[in-house]
Amino acid sequence: MLTTSPIERILRGLAITLVCLFFMFPIVWIFLMSFQTNETILRIPPSVVFAPTLDNYQALITGKLETAAGMLEINFMRNLGNSLFLSATSVAIGLLLGVPAAYAFARLKFKGSEDIAFTLLSFRFAPPLLVLLPLTIYFQQLGLANTYGGLIWVYQLIVLPLILWIVRGYFEDIPADIEYAYRIAGHDFWSTFRRIALPLAGPGIAAAGLLSFIFAWNNFVFALVLASADKQPVTVGALAFVTASGIQYGQVAAGIVLSIAPTFALALYAQRYLVEGLSLGAVKG
Amino acid sequence: MTTAMTGQPRPRRFRVSRRVLPYLLSLPALLTCIGILIPFGTAVIYSLQRYRLSQPWARKFNWGENYFNFLSDSAFWNTLKVSVVYAGLTVVLELLLGLGIALLLQKRSRVNNFVSIMLLMPLMTAPALAALMWKLMTNPGFGILSYFATLIGLEDFNWASDPSTAMLTVVIVDIWVYTPFIMILLLAGLRSLPQQPFEAAALDGVPRLFVFWRITLPMLTPFLLTATLFRVIESIQQFDIIYAMTQGGPGDRLTVFQVEAYLNFFQSTNVGRSAALLMILWAITYALSNIFIKNWLRLREKQRGEA
Repeated sequence: MLTTSPIERILRGLAITLVCLFFMFPIVWIFLMSFQTNETILRIPPSVVFAPTLDNYQALITGKLETAAGMLEINFMRNLGNSLFLSATSVAIGLLLGVPAAYAFARLKFKGSEDIAFTLLSFRFAPPLLVLLPLTIYFQQLGLANTYGGLIWVYQLIVLPLILWIVRGYFEDIPADIEYAYRIAGHDFWSTFRRIALPLAGPGIAAAGLLSFIFAWNNFVFALVLASADKQPVTVGALAFVTASGIQYGQVAAGIVLSIAPTFALALYAQRYLVEGLSLGAVKG
Repeated sequence: MTTAMTGQPRPRRFRVSRRVLPYLLSLPALLTCIGILIPFGTAVIYSLQRYRLSQPWARKFNWGENYFNFLSDSAFWNTLKVSVVYAGLTVVLELLLGLGIALLLQKRSRVNNFVSIMLLMPLMTAPALAALMWKLMTNPGFGILSYFATLIGLEDFNWASDPSTAMLTVVIVDIWVYTPFIMILLLAGLRSLPQQPFEAAALDGVPRLFVFWRITLPMLTPFLLTATLFRVIESIQQFDIIYAMTQGGPGDRLTVFQVEAYLNFFQSTNVGRSAALLMILWAITYALSNIFIKNWLRLREKQRGEA
Protein backbone atom coordinates (compact mmCIF):
# COMPACT_ATOMS: atom_id res chain seq x y z
CA MET A 1 0.00 0.00 0.00
CA LEU A 2 2.65 2.47 1.06
CA THR A 3 5.97 2.48 -0.71
CA THR A 4 8.80 1.90 1.69
CA SER A 5 12.22 3.45 1.41
CA PRO A 6 15.30 1.19 1.40
CA ILE A 7 16.44 2.59 4.76
CA GLU A 8 13.15 1.65 6.33
CA ARG A 9 13.33 -1.83 4.85
CA ILE A 10 16.80 -2.30 6.33
CA LEU A 11 15.67 -1.02 9.74
CA ARG A 12 12.69 -3.34 9.69
CA GLY A 13 14.88 -6.28 8.76
CA LEU A 14 17.27 -5.40 11.55
CA ALA A 15 14.47 -5.14 14.10
CA ILE A 16 13.02 -8.49 13.05
CA THR A 17 16.46 -10.08 13.29
CA LEU A 18 16.95 -8.72 16.81
CA VAL A 19 13.54 -9.98 17.87
CA CYS A 20 14.28 -13.45 16.48
CA LEU A 21 17.64 -13.44 18.20
CA PHE A 22 16.17 -12.66 21.61
CA PHE A 23 13.35 -15.18 21.38
CA MET A 24 15.14 -18.02 19.62
CA PHE A 25 18.59 -17.81 21.18
CA PRO A 26 17.76 -19.56 24.49
CA ILE A 27 16.15 -22.49 22.70
CA VAL A 28 19.05 -22.87 20.27
CA TRP A 29 21.62 -22.53 23.03
CA ILE A 30 20.03 -25.14 25.30
CA PHE A 31 19.63 -27.43 22.30
CA LEU A 32 23.35 -27.13 21.53
CA MET A 33 24.21 -27.60 25.19
CA SER A 34 22.35 -30.90 25.27
CA PHE A 35 24.92 -32.39 22.87
CA GLN A 36 27.94 -31.35 24.93
CA THR A 37 29.92 -32.74 27.79
CA ASN A 38 30.74 -30.67 30.87
CA GLU A 39 34.23 -29.96 29.50
CA THR A 40 32.95 -28.16 26.42
CA ILE A 41 30.15 -26.45 28.34
CA LEU A 42 32.56 -25.07 30.95
CA ARG A 43 34.99 -23.64 28.40
CA ILE A 44 35.78 -19.94 28.61
CA PRO A 45 35.20 -18.27 26.27
CA PRO A 46 32.16 -20.32 25.22
CA SER A 47 32.21 -21.60 21.69
CA VAL A 48 29.75 -23.24 19.35
CA VAL A 49 32.47 -25.53 17.99
CA PHE A 50 32.36 -28.92 19.69
CA ALA A 51 32.18 -32.60 18.92
CA PRO A 52 28.51 -33.46 19.48
CA THR A 53 27.77 -36.40 21.73
CA LEU A 54 24.58 -38.30 22.45
CA ASP A 55 25.80 -39.34 25.90
CA ASN A 56 23.44 -36.99 27.73
CA TYR A 57 20.38 -38.42 26.02
CA GLN A 58 21.64 -41.94 26.49
CA ALA A 59 22.14 -41.34 30.21
CA LEU A 60 18.64 -39.92 30.56
CA ILE A 61 17.07 -42.82 28.71
CA THR A 62 18.86 -45.48 30.71
CA GLY A 63 18.27 -43.49 33.91
CA LYS A 64 21.89 -43.88 35.04
CA LEU A 65 23.56 -40.52 35.38
CA GLU A 66 27.27 -40.37 35.89
CA THR A 67 28.13 -37.38 38.05
CA ALA A 68 31.17 -36.05 39.80
CA ALA A 69 29.80 -37.55 43.01
CA GLY A 70 29.29 -41.01 41.51
CA MET A 71 26.41 -42.79 39.85
CA LEU A 72 23.01 -41.19 40.25
CA GLU A 73 19.76 -42.94 39.43
CA ILE A 74 17.21 -40.50 38.13
CA ASN A 75 14.24 -41.89 36.33
CA PHE A 76 13.57 -39.04 33.98
CA MET A 77 11.75 -41.28 31.53
CA ARG A 78 9.23 -41.92 34.27
CA ASN A 79 8.62 -38.14 34.50
CA LEU A 80 8.10 -37.99 30.76
CA GLY A 81 5.69 -40.92 30.95
CA ASN A 82 3.83 -39.23 33.80
CA SER A 83 3.50 -36.01 31.79
CA LEU A 84 2.16 -37.92 28.82
CA PHE A 85 -0.27 -39.99 30.86
CA LEU A 86 -1.55 -37.14 33.04
CA SER A 87 -2.04 -34.74 30.11
CA ALA A 88 -3.61 -37.29 27.75
CA THR A 89 -6.00 -38.71 30.33
CA SER A 90 -6.99 -35.28 31.61
CA VAL A 91 -7.75 -34.10 28.10
CA ALA A 92 -9.74 -37.24 27.27
CA ILE A 93 -11.86 -36.84 30.40
CA GLY A 94 -12.08 -33.11 29.87
CA LEU A 95 -13.45 -33.64 26.36
CA LEU A 96 -15.92 -36.23 27.58
CA LEU A 97 -17.24 -33.87 30.26
CA GLY A 98 -16.75 -30.58 28.44
CA VAL A 99 -18.11 -31.17 24.94
CA PRO A 100 -21.68 -32.06 25.98
CA ALA A 101 -21.67 -29.16 28.43
CA ALA A 102 -20.38 -26.81 25.73
CA TYR A 103 -23.20 -27.97 23.47
CA ALA A 104 -25.75 -27.32 26.20
CA PHE A 105 -24.40 -23.81 26.76
CA ALA A 106 -24.32 -23.03 23.05
CA ARG A 107 -27.55 -24.52 21.83
CA LEU A 108 -29.99 -24.99 24.67
CA LYS A 109 -30.08 -21.68 26.49
CA PHE A 110 -31.35 -22.60 29.90
CA LYS A 111 -31.94 -20.91 33.20
CA GLY A 112 -28.66 -19.95 34.80
CA SER A 113 -26.61 -21.17 31.85
CA GLU A 114 -24.62 -17.95 31.50
CA ASP A 115 -23.92 -17.82 35.23
CA ILE A 116 -22.70 -21.39 35.27
CA ALA A 117 -20.56 -20.86 32.20
CA PHE A 118 -18.96 -17.80 33.76
CA THR A 119 -18.37 -19.55 37.05
CA LEU A 120 -16.48 -22.21 35.13
CA LEU A 121 -14.53 -19.54 33.28
CA SER A 122 -13.62 -17.77 36.50
CA PHE A 123 -11.78 -20.90 37.69
CA ARG A 124 -9.30 -20.09 34.97
CA PHE A 125 -8.39 -16.88 36.79
CA ALA A 126 -8.37 -17.83 40.46
CA PRO A 127 -4.99 -18.31 42.18
CA PRO A 128 -4.36 -22.07 41.95
CA LEU A 129 -2.72 -22.32 45.38
CA LEU A 130 -5.91 -21.04 47.02
CA VAL A 131 -7.54 -24.33 46.10
CA LEU A 132 -4.43 -26.51 46.14
CA LEU A 133 -3.29 -25.91 49.69
CA PRO A 134 -6.54 -26.98 51.39
CA LEU A 135 -6.77 -29.76 48.82
CA THR A 136 -3.52 -31.30 50.06
CA ILE A 137 -5.19 -31.84 53.42
CA TYR A 138 -8.42 -33.19 51.89
CA PHE A 139 -6.54 -35.48 49.54
CA GLN A 140 -4.75 -37.08 52.46
CA GLN A 141 -8.08 -37.73 54.17
CA LEU A 142 -9.66 -39.09 50.98
CA GLY A 143 -6.67 -41.23 50.08
CA LEU A 144 -6.22 -39.27 46.86
CA ALA A 145 -2.86 -37.84 47.89
CA ASN A 146 -0.20 -38.72 45.34
CA THR A 147 -2.51 -40.68 43.04
CA TYR A 148 -2.95 -40.24 39.31
CA GLY A 149 -6.71 -40.06 39.86
CA GLY A 150 -6.43 -37.10 42.21
CA LEU A 151 -4.07 -35.27 39.88
CA ILE A 152 -6.26 -35.87 36.84
CA TRP A 153 -9.24 -34.53 38.73
CA VAL A 154 -7.39 -31.35 39.65
CA TYR A 155 -6.07 -31.04 36.09
CA GLN A 156 -9.70 -30.61 35.01
CA LEU A 157 -9.37 -27.08 36.38
CA ILE A 158 -6.96 -26.30 33.55
CA VAL A 159 -8.54 -28.39 30.86
CA LEU A 160 -12.29 -27.93 31.34
CA PRO A 161 -12.67 -24.13 31.11
CA LEU A 162 -10.53 -24.11 27.98
CA ILE A 163 -12.46 -26.90 26.26
CA LEU A 164 -15.80 -25.52 27.33
CA TRP A 165 -15.22 -22.03 25.99
CA ILE A 166 -13.51 -22.93 22.73
CA VAL A 167 -15.92 -25.71 21.78
CA ARG A 168 -18.90 -23.61 22.76
CA GLY A 169 -17.82 -20.97 20.24
CA TYR A 170 -17.64 -23.60 17.51
CA PHE A 171 -21.10 -24.96 18.32
CA GLU A 172 -22.50 -21.44 18.23
CA ASP A 173 -21.11 -20.97 14.72
CA ILE A 174 -23.04 -23.95 13.37
CA PRO A 175 -26.39 -22.70 12.01
CA ALA A 176 -29.11 -24.20 14.18
CA ASP A 177 -31.28 -24.72 11.09
CA ILE A 178 -29.20 -27.69 9.96
CA GLU A 179 -29.92 -29.44 13.22
CA TYR A 180 -33.63 -28.54 13.16
CA ALA A 181 -33.92 -29.93 9.65
CA TYR A 182 -32.38 -33.19 10.76
CA ARG A 183 -34.68 -33.31 13.78
CA ILE A 184 -37.76 -32.71 11.67
CA ALA A 185 -36.68 -35.59 9.46
CA GLY A 186 -37.45 -37.74 12.47
CA HIS A 187 -34.13 -38.22 14.20
CA ASP A 188 -33.86 -37.90 17.94
CA PHE A 189 -31.77 -35.45 19.89
CA TRP A 190 -28.93 -37.83 20.57
CA SER A 191 -28.33 -38.81 16.95
CA THR A 192 -28.57 -35.16 15.87
CA PHE A 193 -25.85 -34.35 18.32
CA ARG A 194 -23.69 -37.24 17.18
CA ARG A 195 -24.23 -37.09 13.42
CA ILE A 196 -24.55 -33.34 12.83
CA ALA A 197 -23.21 -31.19 15.65
CA LEU A 198 -20.15 -33.21 16.62
CA PRO A 199 -18.69 -33.61 13.11
CA LEU A 200 -19.32 -29.97 12.26
CA ALA A 201 -17.57 -28.79 15.42
CA GLY A 202 -14.83 -31.40 14.90
CA PRO A 203 -11.96 -29.01 14.12
CA GLY A 204 -12.83 -26.93 17.18
CA ILE A 205 -12.91 -29.97 19.39
CA ALA A 206 -9.55 -31.12 18.05
CA ALA A 207 -8.06 -27.66 18.59
CA ALA A 208 -9.38 -27.47 22.14
CA GLY A 209 -7.98 -30.92 22.84
CA LEU A 210 -4.52 -30.09 21.52
CA LEU A 211 -4.34 -26.78 23.35
CA SER A 212 -5.53 -28.11 26.65
CA PHE A 213 -2.97 -30.91 26.26
CA ILE A 214 -0.24 -28.29 25.93
CA PHE A 215 -1.52 -26.42 28.99
CA ALA A 216 -1.77 -29.58 31.06
CA TRP A 217 1.73 -30.61 29.98
CA ASN A 218 3.17 -27.21 30.90
CA ASN A 219 1.53 -27.05 34.29
CA PHE A 220 3.88 -26.94 37.22
CA VAL A 221 2.21 -25.92 40.45
CA PHE A 222 -0.48 -28.63 40.67
CA ALA A 223 1.97 -31.49 40.60
CA LEU A 224 4.51 -29.62 42.71
CA VAL A 225 2.00 -29.46 45.53
CA LEU A 226 0.14 -32.75 45.08
CA ALA A 227 2.57 -35.30 43.65
CA SER A 228 5.68 -36.95 45.00
CA ALA A 229 8.63 -38.11 42.93
CA ASP A 230 7.11 -41.16 41.24
CA LYS A 231 4.03 -39.29 39.95
CA GLN A 232 5.71 -36.04 38.98
CA PRO A 233 5.56 -34.72 35.41
CA VAL A 234 8.63 -33.30 33.66
CA THR A 235 8.07 -29.72 34.76
CA VAL A 236 8.52 -30.67 38.42
CA GLY A 237 10.94 -33.51 37.77
CA ALA A 238 13.39 -31.30 35.89
CA LEU A 239 13.60 -28.97 38.86
CA ALA A 240 14.60 -31.73 41.26
CA PHE A 241 17.18 -32.81 38.75
CA VAL A 242 18.98 -29.45 38.63
CA THR A 243 19.53 -29.45 42.36
CA ALA A 244 21.05 -32.94 42.31
CA SER A 245 24.69 -32.53 43.26
CA GLY A 246 27.42 -32.76 40.67
CA ILE A 247 25.01 -33.10 37.81
CA GLN A 248 26.22 -32.81 34.23
CA TYR A 249 24.79 -29.62 32.78
CA GLY A 250 24.42 -31.25 29.40
CA GLN A 251 22.05 -33.75 30.95
CA VAL A 252 19.88 -30.98 32.39
CA ALA A 253 19.78 -29.40 28.94
CA ALA A 254 18.90 -32.71 27.32
CA GLY A 255 16.10 -33.15 29.86
CA ILE A 256 14.72 -29.72 28.99
CA VAL A 257 14.89 -30.48 25.26
CA LEU A 258 12.99 -33.75 25.72
CA SER A 259 10.38 -31.97 27.86
CA ILE A 260 9.63 -29.13 25.49
CA ALA A 261 9.84 -31.01 22.19
CA PRO A 262 6.32 -32.53 22.41
CA THR A 263 4.60 -29.19 23.05
CA PHE A 264 6.56 -27.57 20.22
CA ALA A 265 5.48 -30.28 17.82
CA LEU A 266 1.83 -29.95 18.87
CA ALA A 267 1.97 -26.17 18.71
CA LEU A 268 3.33 -26.25 15.16
CA TYR A 269 0.57 -28.62 14.19
CA ALA A 270 -2.16 -26.59 15.90
CA GLN A 271 -0.81 -23.08 15.27
CA ARG A 272 -3.86 -22.14 13.20
CA TYR A 273 -6.00 -22.45 16.34
CA LEU A 274 -3.57 -21.00 18.87
CA VAL A 275 -4.85 -17.43 18.77
CA GLU A 276 -8.40 -18.52 19.29
CA GLY A 277 -7.48 -20.92 22.04
CA LEU A 278 -5.19 -18.58 23.93
CA SER A 279 -7.83 -15.86 24.02
CA LEU A 280 -10.41 -18.45 25.16
CA GLY A 281 -12.29 -18.04 21.92
CA ALA A 282 -12.52 -14.25 21.97
CA VAL A 283 -10.17 -13.51 19.05
CA LYS A 284 -10.27 -15.33 15.75
CA GLY A 285 -6.94 -16.09 14.17
CA MET B 1 -30.72 -29.25 40.04
CA THR B 2 -30.76 -32.75 41.44
CA THR B 3 -34.41 -32.42 42.45
CA ALA B 4 -35.31 -31.52 38.90
CA MET B 5 -33.82 -34.77 37.74
CA THR B 6 -35.34 -37.25 40.14
CA GLY B 7 -38.22 -39.27 38.83
CA GLN B 8 -37.40 -38.63 35.19
CA PRO B 9 -34.80 -41.25 34.42
CA ARG B 10 -34.73 -41.35 30.62
CA PRO B 11 -36.88 -38.64 29.10
CA ARG B 12 -38.47 -40.11 26.01
CA ARG B 13 -40.45 -37.13 24.77
CA PHE B 14 -38.91 -34.04 23.32
CA ARG B 15 -40.87 -31.69 25.57
CA VAL B 16 -39.61 -33.28 28.74
CA SER B 17 -36.04 -33.68 27.63
CA ARG B 18 -35.81 -30.07 26.59
CA ARG B 19 -36.11 -28.95 30.19
CA VAL B 20 -33.79 -31.45 31.80
CA LEU B 21 -31.35 -32.11 29.02
CA PRO B 22 -29.13 -29.05 29.37
CA TYR B 23 -28.61 -29.78 33.03
CA LEU B 24 -27.97 -33.41 32.26
CA LEU B 25 -25.34 -32.43 29.70
CA SER B 26 -23.55 -29.87 31.83
CA LEU B 27 -23.89 -31.57 35.18
CA PRO B 28 -20.80 -33.81 35.00
CA ALA B 29 -18.57 -30.86 34.14
CA LEU B 30 -20.14 -28.85 36.93
CA LEU B 31 -19.85 -31.54 39.55
CA THR B 32 -16.18 -31.99 38.71
CA CYS B 33 -15.57 -28.35 39.38
CA ILE B 34 -17.82 -28.09 42.41
CA GLY B 35 -15.55 -30.59 44.12
CA ILE B 36 -12.96 -27.88 43.72
CA LEU B 37 -15.20 -25.23 45.27
CA ILE B 38 -15.17 -27.02 48.61
CA PRO B 39 -11.45 -26.36 49.18
CA PHE B 40 -12.16 -22.74 48.33
CA GLY B 41 -14.61 -22.57 51.23
CA THR B 42 -12.06 -24.28 53.42
CA ALA B 43 -9.46 -21.68 52.49
CA VAL B 44 -11.85 -18.94 53.65
CA ILE B 45 -12.19 -20.68 57.01
CA TYR B 46 -8.42 -21.23 57.34
CA SER B 47 -7.83 -17.55 56.70
CA LEU B 48 -9.97 -16.75 59.75
CA GLN B 49 -8.14 -19.14 62.03
CA ARG B 50 -4.98 -19.25 63.98
CA TYR B 51 -3.70 -22.45 62.38
CA ARG B 52 -0.17 -23.75 62.29
CA LEU B 53 0.52 -27.29 61.13
CA SER B 54 3.23 -27.51 63.77
CA GLN B 55 0.78 -26.61 66.57
CA PRO B 56 -2.52 -28.28 65.69
CA TRP B 57 -3.70 -28.06 69.32
CA ALA B 58 -3.61 -24.26 69.24
CA ARG B 59 -5.93 -24.13 66.23
CA LYS B 60 -8.85 -21.77 66.85
CA PHE B 61 -10.83 -19.01 65.19
CA ASN B 62 -9.19 -15.65 65.58
CA TRP B 63 -11.54 -14.03 63.06
CA GLY B 64 -9.92 -11.16 61.22
CA GLU B 65 -6.64 -11.29 63.11
CA ASN B 66 -4.61 -12.73 60.22
CA TYR B 67 -5.81 -9.83 58.09
CA PHE B 68 -5.33 -7.16 60.76
CA ASN B 69 -1.82 -8.37 61.38
CA PHE B 70 -0.97 -7.61 57.77
CA LEU B 71 -1.34 -3.89 58.44
CA SER B 72 1.73 -3.86 60.65
CA ASP B 73 3.50 -6.75 58.89
CA SER B 74 6.39 -5.49 56.79
CA ALA B 75 6.69 -8.89 55.07
CA PHE B 76 3.14 -8.48 53.78
CA TRP B 77 3.82 -5.02 52.41
CA ASN B 78 6.94 -6.37 50.79
CA THR B 79 4.87 -9.12 49.14
CA LEU B 80 2.34 -6.61 47.88
CA LYS B 81 5.06 -4.31 46.58
CA VAL B 82 7.03 -7.05 44.87
CA SER B 83 3.90 -8.49 43.24
CA VAL B 84 2.73 -5.13 41.95
CA VAL B 85 6.18 -4.18 40.68
CA TYR B 86 6.55 -7.55 38.96
CA ALA B 87 3.11 -7.37 37.34
CA GLY B 88 3.57 -3.73 36.36
CA LEU B 89 7.00 -4.17 34.82
CA THR B 90 6.21 -7.35 32.93
CA VAL B 91 2.88 -6.20 31.53
CA VAL B 92 4.04 -2.75 30.43
CA LEU B 93 7.22 -4.06 28.79
CA GLU B 94 5.43 -7.00 27.16
CA LEU B 95 2.73 -4.72 25.85
CA LEU B 96 5.19 -2.31 24.27
CA LEU B 97 7.33 -5.09 22.82
CA GLY B 98 4.34 -7.15 21.71
CA LEU B 99 2.75 -4.19 19.96
CA GLY B 100 6.03 -3.29 18.29
CA ILE B 101 6.57 -6.81 17.00
CA ALA B 102 2.95 -7.13 15.86
CA LEU B 103 3.32 -3.91 13.84
CA LEU B 104 6.57 -5.21 12.34
CA LEU B 105 4.96 -8.46 11.26
CA GLN B 106 1.60 -6.99 10.26
CA LYS B 107 2.01 -7.43 6.51
CA ARG B 108 1.26 -10.97 5.44
CA SER B 109 4.41 -12.29 3.84
CA ARG B 110 6.13 -15.62 3.95
CA VAL B 111 8.95 -14.33 6.17
CA ASN B 112 6.58 -12.58 8.58
CA ASN B 113 4.36 -15.63 8.95
CA PHE B 114 7.36 -17.83 9.56
CA VAL B 115 8.75 -15.45 12.19
CA SER B 116 5.42 -15.19 13.97
CA ILE B 117 5.18 -18.98 14.18
CA MET B 118 8.76 -19.23 15.47
CA LEU B 119 8.00 -16.64 18.15
CA LEU B 120 5.30 -18.92 19.54
CA MET B 121 7.94 -21.36 20.75
CA PRO B 122 8.78 -19.49 23.98
CA LEU B 123 5.07 -19.29 24.76
CA MET B 124 4.75 -23.04 24.33
CA THR B 125 7.64 -23.67 26.72
CA ALA B 126 6.46 -24.50 30.23
CA PRO B 127 7.29 -21.40 32.32
CA ALA B 128 9.03 -23.54 34.92
CA LEU B 129 11.25 -25.06 32.22
CA ALA B 130 11.86 -21.64 30.70
CA ALA B 131 13.15 -20.53 34.10
CA LEU B 132 15.51 -23.53 34.12
CA MET B 133 16.77 -22.66 30.66
CA TRP B 134 17.58 -19.15 31.80
CA LYS B 135 19.12 -20.52 34.95
CA LEU B 136 21.54 -22.51 32.83
CA MET B 137 22.29 -19.44 30.74
CA THR B 138 22.89 -17.16 33.73
CA ASN B 139 24.99 -19.58 35.76
CA PRO B 140 27.98 -17.61 37.07
CA GLY B 141 30.33 -20.48 36.18
CA PHE B 142 29.53 -21.18 32.56
CA GLY B 143 26.35 -19.25 31.65
CA ILE B 144 26.53 -17.64 28.26
CA LEU B 145 24.73 -14.54 29.54
CA SER B 146 27.17 -14.15 32.42
CA TYR B 147 29.91 -14.33 29.81
CA PHE B 148 28.19 -11.65 27.72
CA ALA B 149 27.91 -9.50 30.84
CA THR B 150 31.67 -9.66 31.41
CA LEU B 151 32.21 -8.84 27.73
CA ILE B 152 30.41 -5.52 28.15
CA GLY B 153 32.33 -4.78 31.31
CA LEU B 154 29.94 -6.01 33.99
CA GLU B 155 32.19 -8.09 36.21
CA ASP B 156 30.47 -10.36 38.74
CA PHE B 157 27.04 -9.83 37.28
CA ASN B 158 25.10 -12.45 39.19
CA TRP B 159 21.65 -12.20 37.61
CA ALA B 160 19.04 -13.91 39.79
CA SER B 161 21.30 -14.58 42.76
CA ASP B 162 22.09 -10.91 43.32
CA PRO B 163 19.38 -9.00 45.23
CA SER B 164 19.78 -5.95 43.02
CA THR B 165 19.30 -7.80 39.72
CA ALA B 166 17.00 -10.67 40.74
CA MET B 167 13.84 -8.80 39.76
CA LEU B 168 15.34 -7.79 36.42
CA THR B 169 16.23 -11.41 35.68
CA VAL B 170 12.81 -12.92 36.37
CA VAL B 171 11.16 -10.05 34.50
CA ILE B 172 13.31 -10.87 31.46
CA VAL B 173 12.27 -14.52 31.65
CA ASP B 174 8.61 -13.49 31.92
CA ILE B 175 9.04 -11.20 28.92
CA TRP B 176 10.65 -14.02 26.99
CA VAL B 177 7.76 -16.38 27.68
CA TYR B 178 4.74 -14.09 27.46
CA THR B 179 5.52 -11.33 24.95
CA PRO B 180 4.54 -13.73 22.13
CA PHE B 181 1.10 -14.06 23.73
CA ILE B 182 0.46 -10.34 23.42
CA MET B 183 2.09 -10.31 20.00
CA ILE B 184 -0.17 -12.95 18.44
CA LEU B 185 -3.31 -11.47 19.97
CA LEU B 186 -2.47 -8.02 18.63
CA LEU B 187 -1.35 -9.43 15.28
CA ALA B 188 -4.70 -11.16 14.89
CA GLY B 189 -6.33 -7.87 15.89
CA LEU B 190 -4.32 -5.78 13.43
CA ARG B 191 -5.03 -8.16 10.57
CA SER B 192 -8.76 -8.16 11.30
CA LEU B 193 -9.12 -4.36 11.17
CA PRO B 194 -11.20 -2.99 8.27
CA GLN B 195 -9.00 -1.59 5.49
CA GLN B 196 -11.08 1.40 4.36
CA PRO B 197 -9.91 3.93 6.99
CA PHE B 198 -6.28 3.13 6.17
CA GLU B 199 -6.84 3.40 2.43
CA ALA B 200 -8.63 6.71 2.87
CA ALA B 201 -5.80 8.03 5.04
CA ALA B 202 -3.22 6.90 2.48
CA LEU B 203 -5.12 8.66 -0.32
CA ASP B 204 -5.18 11.87 1.68
CA GLY B 205 -1.48 11.58 2.45
CA VAL B 206 -2.00 11.54 6.23
CA PRO B 207 1.34 11.11 8.05
CA ARG B 208 1.86 7.58 9.28
CA LEU B 209 2.40 8.55 12.90
CA PHE B 210 -0.95 10.29 12.85
CA VAL B 211 -2.59 7.21 11.32
CA PHE B 212 -1.11 5.09 14.10
CA TRP B 213 -2.32 7.31 16.95
CA ARG B 214 -5.71 8.23 15.52
CA ILE B 215 -6.77 5.13 13.59
CA THR B 216 -4.74 2.03 14.42
CA LEU B 217 -4.53 2.46 18.18
CA PRO B 218 -8.20 3.34 18.83
CA MET B 219 -9.40 0.44 16.68
CA LEU B 220 -7.00 -1.90 18.41
CA THR B 221 -8.08 -0.86 21.92
CA PRO B 222 -10.38 -3.82 22.68
CA PHE B 223 -7.59 -6.23 21.75
CA LEU B 224 -5.07 -4.27 23.81
CA LEU B 225 -7.42 -4.27 26.78
CA THR B 226 -8.09 -7.98 26.60
CA ALA B 227 -4.40 -8.83 26.26
CA THR B 228 -3.48 -6.48 29.11
CA LEU B 229 -6.07 -7.74 31.55
CA PHE B 230 -5.26 -11.35 30.73
CA ARG B 231 -1.62 -10.71 31.45
CA VAL B 232 -2.16 -8.62 34.59
CA ILE B 233 -4.31 -11.35 36.10
CA GLU B 234 -1.73 -14.01 35.32
CA SER B 235 1.29 -11.92 36.15
CA ILE B 236 0.18 -10.89 39.62
CA GLN B 237 -0.23 -14.60 40.35
CA GLN B 238 3.09 -15.64 38.84
CA PHE B 239 4.56 -18.61 40.63
CA ASP B 240 6.27 -21.00 38.21
CA ILE B 241 9.01 -18.72 36.90
CA ILE B 242 9.91 -17.18 40.24
CA TYR B 243 9.77 -20.40 42.21
CA ALA B 244 11.80 -22.37 39.67
CA MET B 245 14.35 -19.58 39.35
CA THR B 246 14.95 -18.41 42.93
CA GLN B 247 12.23 -19.80 45.24
CA GLY B 248 11.42 -16.23 46.20
CA GLY B 249 14.98 -15.28 47.05
CA PRO B 250 17.53 -13.93 47.47
CA GLY B 251 16.11 -13.13 50.92
CA ASP B 252 12.59 -11.84 50.44
CA ARG B 253 13.40 -10.04 47.22
CA LEU B 254 10.94 -11.97 45.07
CA THR B 255 8.34 -13.23 47.54
CA VAL B 256 5.28 -12.51 45.40
CA PHE B 257 1.85 -13.56 46.70
CA GLN B 258 1.76 -17.17 45.63
CA VAL B 259 5.41 -17.84 46.44
CA GLU B 260 5.02 -16.29 49.90
CA ALA B 261 1.84 -18.30 50.51
CA TYR B 262 3.57 -21.49 49.39
CA LEU B 263 6.53 -20.88 51.67
CA ASN B 264 4.23 -19.95 54.57
CA PHE B 265 2.32 -23.19 54.13
CA PHE B 266 5.15 -25.65 53.59
CA GLN B 267 8.10 -24.05 55.39
CA SER B 268 6.74 -22.06 58.30
CA THR B 269 3.52 -24.20 58.26
CA ASN B 270 1.48 -21.11 59.02
CA VAL B 271 -1.73 -22.14 57.28
CA GLY B 272 -3.77 -19.19 58.55
CA ARG B 273 -1.44 -16.54 57.19
CA SER B 274 -0.98 -18.42 53.93
CA ALA B 275 -4.75 -18.63 53.38
CA ALA B 276 -5.27 -14.97 54.25
CA LEU B 277 -2.58 -13.97 51.72
CA LEU B 278 -4.27 -16.03 49.02
CA MET B 279 -7.67 -14.56 49.85
CA ILE B 280 -6.29 -11.06 49.27
CA LEU B 281 -4.76 -12.18 45.99
CA TRP B 282 -8.07 -13.77 45.05
CA ALA B 283 -9.93 -10.52 45.76
CA ILE B 284 -7.55 -8.66 43.46
CA THR B 285 -7.84 -11.18 40.62
CA TYR B 286 -11.60 -11.47 41.06
CA ALA B 287 -12.06 -7.74 40.60
CA LEU B 288 -9.75 -7.78 37.58
CA SER B 289 -11.34 -10.83 36.01
CA ASN B 290 -14.80 -9.26 36.24
CA ILE B 291 -13.57 -6.32 34.20
CA PHE B 292 -11.79 -8.75 31.93
CA ILE B 293 -14.83 -10.91 31.27
CA LYS B 294 -16.97 -7.91 30.36
CA ASN B 295 -14.39 -6.66 27.90
CA TRP B 296 -13.73 -10.15 26.61
CA LEU B 297 -17.45 -10.64 25.91
CA ARG B 298 -17.64 -7.38 23.98
CA LEU B 299 -14.64 -8.41 21.89
CA ARG B 300 -16.13 -11.83 21.28
CA GLU B 301 -19.43 -10.37 20.10
CA LYS B 302 -17.60 -8.01 17.81
CA GLN B 303 -15.41 -10.70 16.30
CA ARG B 304 -18.39 -12.98 15.77
CA GLY B 305 -20.40 -10.18 14.25
CA GLU B 306 -17.69 -9.48 11.71
CA ALA B 307 -16.79 -13.10 11.07
